[in-house]
Amino acid sequence: MKARVTVTLKNGVLDPQGKAIEGALGSLGFAGVASVRQGKVFDIEVAETDAGKAKAELEAMAAKLLANTVIENYRVEIVG
Amino acid sequence: MKSAVVVFPGSNRERDMVAALEKIGGHRPAVVWHGDHDLPKVDLIVIPGGFSYGDYLRSGAIAAREPIMDAIRREAERGVAVLGVCNGFQILCEAGLLPGVLMRNAGLKFICKEVKLRVETTDSAFTARYDKGAVIRSPVAHGDGNYRADDETLARLKGEDRIAFRYVGNPNGSIDDIAGILSEKRNVLGMMPHPENLIEPLNGGLDGRPLFESLLAA
Repeated sequence: MKARVTVTLKNGVLDPQGKAIEGALGSLGFAGVASVRQGKVFDIEVAETDAGKAKAELEAMAAKLLANTVIENYRVEIVG
Repeated sequence: MKSAVVVFPGSNRERDMVAALEKIGGHRPAVVWHGDHDLPKVDLIVIPGGFSYGDYLRSGAIAAREPIMDAIRREAERGVAVLGVCNGFQILCEAGLLPGVLMRNAGLKFICKEVKLRVETTDSAFTARYDKGAVIRSPVAHGDGNYRADDETLARLKGEDRIAFRYVGNPNGSIDDIAGILSEKRNVLGMMPHPENLIEPLNGGLDGRPLFESLLAA
């Protein structure tokens, strides 16, 4: 079963990398970029075939390692 | 003082730490490889600087979840002193032995230079030999030293006198100029600067020495 875990910074957490990308987009001539927040995407394949169980397992992976929940949120999607 | 320095793949400051502990403490510390599950019985456990696991995922994230960290957590709960410097601080935060997190430097650049620190508390086994409010020199070398904590955590750190060092001239954007913090029981210290690199005249200064002398006297 394939899944995608998306990790994003929580609102209010300063994102220096996002700010630098925002500045670079502006200097490339892309006007009107209001803000950029950088995150991470993990494409994970698991042996589990039950979507509910797989999702629970991936949620645990995200909470335990993939995201630092002090500063990051995560979202798990089963993609097939 | 018996001590142990814990080494992960990618640690690179263990040599300097071992030298500082041996020169000041008089005993050669045990160097413990991360794959070992048991720690020798010691008075001080040090997690040195470096780039454990290449800083993959987040600095310190992978090392923080290794079995050896459970052993360190148990020792910390027993009251054994635990010092994390630079990547060691990042690992202690990721492992939950210290609150908060170290993010990318606000200016995005890796900073390798000497900074000034103010000693904010002398109420710990690490800082007793400093004068409160003293401004000391210390080298820093990091890309992810920008300390962040939520408002509640920050208020607790301040209220409980757990901020050990603040930058005088913040190099990395750390909230409230924080350079080092103590655990609730005050026996775990995490700091980004490298006190082990300023311990003898050949280093160009002695300002890191009192930290080790404090531990020796504790």
